[in-house]
Amino acid sequence: MVLLAGCSGGVLDPKGQIAVQESEILLNSVGTMLIIVAPTLLATLAFAWWFRASNRKARYLPDWVFSGRLELINWGYPLLIILFLGGLIWMGSHRLDPFRPIAAAGKQLEVQVVSLDWKWLFIYPEQSVASVNELVLPVETPVHFSITSATVMNSFFVPQLGGMIAAMPGMITQLHLKADHMGDLWGLSTQFSGDGFAGMHFDVRVKSNEDFERWVEYARKSACDLDHAGYAALLRESQNVRPFVYRSVIPALFVKIVTGKVSPPNATAEQGSSVVACPETAQ
Amino acid sequence: MKFLGNLSWDAIPWNSPLPLIAGGGVIAICIAIAAWIVLAGHLPYLWKEWITSVDHKRIGVMYILLGLVMTLRGFADAILMRTHQAYAYRADGYLPPEHFDQIFTSHGTIMIFFGAMPLMIGLMNFVIPLQLGVRDVAFPTWNSTSLWLTAAGALLVNISLVVGVFSRAGWLPYPPLSELEFSPDVGVDYYLWALLISGVGTLVTGINFVTTILKMRAPGMGYLRMSMYCWTALASNLLIVAAFPILTATLVMLTLDRYLGFHFFTAAGGGNMMMFINLIWAWGHPEVYILVLPAFGIFSEIISTFSNKPLFGYRSMVIATLGICIISFLVWLHHFFTMGAGGTVNAAFGIATSVIAVVTGVKVFNWLFTMYGGRIHYKTPMLWALGFLVTFVIGGMTGVLLAVPPADFLLHNSLFLVAHFHNTIIGGVVFGAFAGIAYWFPKAFGFRLHEGWGVAAFWFTIAAFYAVFIPLYMVGLLGMPRRMQHYDMEMWRPFILAAMVGIFLFGVALICQVIQLVVSIRQRERLRDETGDPWSGRSLEWATPSPPPIFNFAVQPTVYGEEPYWELKRRAIASQQNEGRYEAIKLPRNNATGFVTGFFASVIGFAMVWKIWWLAILGLVAAYAVFVWYAWRDIPEEKISAEEVARIDRAHRKSRAEWLARHSEKGNMA
Ligand code: HEM
Ligand SMILES: [Cu+2]
Ligand SMILES: [Cu+2]
Repeated sequence: MVLLAGCSGGVLDPKGQIAVQESEILLNSVGTMLIIVAPTLLATLAFAWWFRASNRKARYLPDWVFSGRLELINWGYPLLIILFLGGLIWMGSHRLDPFRPIAAAGKQLEVQVVSLDWKWLFIYPEQSVASVNELVLPVETPVHFSITSATVMNSFFVPQLGGMIAAMPGMITQLHLKADHMGDLWGLSTQFSGDGFAGMHFDVRVKSNEDFERWVEYARKSACDLDHAGYAALLRESQNVRPFVYRSVIPALFVKIVTGKVSPPNATAEQGSSVVACPETAQ
Repeated sequence: MKFLGNLSWDAIPWNSPLPLIAGGGVIAICIAIAAWIVLAGHLPYLWKEWITSVDHKRIGVMYILLGLVMTLRGFADAILMRTHQAYAYRADGYLPPEHFDQIFTSHGTIMIFFGAMPLMIGLMNFVIPLQLGVRDVAFPTWNSTSLWLTAAGALLVNISLVVGVFSRAGWLPYPPLSELEFSPDVGVDYYLWALLISGVGTLVTGINFVTTILKMRAPGMGYLRMSMYCWTALASNLLIVAAFPILTATLVMLTLDRYLGFHFFTAAGGGNMMMFINLIWAWGHPEVYILVLPAFGIFSEIISTFSNKPLFGYRSMVIATLGICIISFLVWLHHFFTMGAGGTVNAAFGIATSVIAVVTGVKVFNWLFTMYGGRIHYKTPMLWALGFLVTFVIGGMTGVLLAVPPADFLLHNSLFLVAHFHNTIIGGVVFGAFAGIAYWFPKAFGFRLHEGWGVAAFWFTIAAFYAVFIPLYMVGLLGMPRRMQHYDMEMWRPFILAAMVGIFLFGVALICQVIQLVVSIRQRERLRDETGDPWSGRSLEWATPSPPPIFNFAVQPTVYGEEPYWELKRRAIASQQNEGRYEAIKLPRNNATGFVTGFFASVIGFAMVWKIWWLAILGLVAAYAVFVWYAWRDIPEEKISAEEVARIDRAHRKSRAEWLARHSEKGNMA
């Protein structure tokens, strides 16, 4: 673990408030359990060694089968540890409930996330732009994600920001994250969703507030519209999709996806190609 | 309507050589073995003595054989996955997604349902009636039927290798991915019918063993005089009876969705996929304890025998076992903390889960205190037990870590999770099966397994296990999810390569086991067990000759204490010196009900997969007819005369007495 903490990029190298707290709980739990696990492992090896048949110095107690005091320890010691751990679980589960907003000064950003076969769509409703396989976030700003799926179940996860959560068709899950450092991270789906699953990773770019505004401007100048035709094209299966942006989004698209009220792909799309309509690369 | 439903020549994967060659090879081997059996004239023997056998010992051996063969098949999948991922860094590896996805699905399905389950059920079959001091299980013909239904399921999964495809939706087929819309081919159907059929077999096993243990113990064997293994088997089978109907019901609902357009779990039409996930884990979590509880029992027997001490804290162990039995039904939600149930719900299930760790911890401590003050002989079974203690404690710890919801938000569905459950299943169930096989092999076949090769297999397995799964734990902490057909992340690569090296070590361990078997068979005279008690055991199975006669006990044993055989030895009565009063014994007659039912079940399953309706109906009618025929048989039992019983028992006494005379100066009996 110590070795890994040095390694960058994993869940033990957090870059946001939630991930910091979650990895802290992870390490605390391991530490708590080692209080009981480490002695147990040592005792196992010690007993196994000392009481080997060939060791004539070891005392042989062929009828020693019960000890009330030991039973008390047997039950009491793990119970104590778990009592402590239970406290950790109780507080942690509430404090880090993904539905719970992050208390911070300033406005929170709304991002709507849709998993598709096999890519991610990020809608910025307030900016009315959208992006595919690229999540751009302003630094130190709490973000509220609403997450659903336009296909099978997936799971939204940015390891260094924490808080994995399912994306399910017909349902909305919510997640609150905050990125604390500028830089490039990555995210992916962790719930197997079919043949293109392995390619469902996305870039996460944490920018300064000004750069974020600049990115929104850039997106508005893109050539792609997420209108009905655009969405129909997006629905079609595609794998390992390069990131690109949309300058406009169907109003309330997210809610329509959740309630199943967008027109199905075959109704509007005629193009035979399985390539997403606007595969232009960002920046 | 087409005569053969959806089945056509296209179902055979002509253009993908890998499964075709593998499948062809397997078929060729099967045909060769079958031909050899027939040509060498072994068929009548095999048919009369094994295939139609209702003897729990033979059924147990066949279960274990099935489990071992299927574990091998699942291991082949594992090699494919590990080597594929080693080549899949910024590349496509050598398995396209549609193959890779089938392989991890069949790996999980086969290992759990047709590898681990038959191994555990097989050992219970062989041992439990012997330990209870009885002649067979409560329903011997059902027992045979269970075996062949399980085999039918295994057969269907393997047929899918060459005819059609297997499921690509994971070993638990979450909808909507497993619904017709997203998995239109026959893969999920193969999965469903294989598990529906074998699930019935498992449920019947559960009923059979619960009845046997509750109703059929030797005189004097109160509940608190049963061996620990009988207790854990009881708990495990109670869980089967409670949990497997949930699995079957859930799979039936998915089947209805796929075949008749129902909407239990679809996104459209008012279905709810989360209901599937809840239900499948309401079975799934108890299932992991169905697997591991019998292994706990095996280790209890082994640790006590090889420490030359009774089990420490027997009553405490019984309470812990029953505690696990109950709590394991209250924790299923820990498999989907990330579905967003809310803080209080997650916390409640997280805490409930860690309570299981307390109860499991009690067991571990009691095993340690069993070793304390013992005289431990390190024969192969005891080595497995020690390997289990160390490995399982680590697996339990990572399990509790995953039960902490905020930690699970970082680790769920990663290779860390994969490492956790392999840690518990390999360290617990597989080690348990190997330990049990080494321990009871002499009882089953009359000679011990070769020690040297067994020890080698053990050390290679331990090395292989850690070589594969420590890297997987670490790469899970680096955020790598399970089931990746390819990946671009450079930091993951060294760990994936390390895990590949580990899988080859597993291969070496496996070869050691095969050599062990061959060497042992060739040296069987030298390894012969003439006493029936090669390890100085403490429970009743060791009072029988090795291998035990068909009726197990010539004279019904009476039980005086918690360790019946040890008591007998201490009192040096009956089984050692005096003959009892021999009486004629009635035994159930071997019959083909189980085999024929299994055969028609396979036919039904295959017909349903390909929607060959007439064949399915035919199979159903035929299977029913077999039952009716069985119920109307005239002579259900056969009788073994008192003289025959006496003859067999005296022969055993003689050989034991001779052995004792030869070895008396060494003072072998404890
Ligand atoms: C102290 C005991 C244990 C605890 C606290 C524990 C806890 C957990 C938790 C919390 C998960 C869910 C993790 C996730 O999905 O993110 C899990 C998964 C799993 N555990 Fe354990 N576990 C324990 C023992 C076992 C045992 C004994 C077995 C098997 C014999 C086992 C087999 C599994 C399997 C098969 C899965 C996941 C399967 C899947 O997702 O496909 N566990 N365990
Ligand atoms: Cu990729
Ligand atoms: Cu579980």
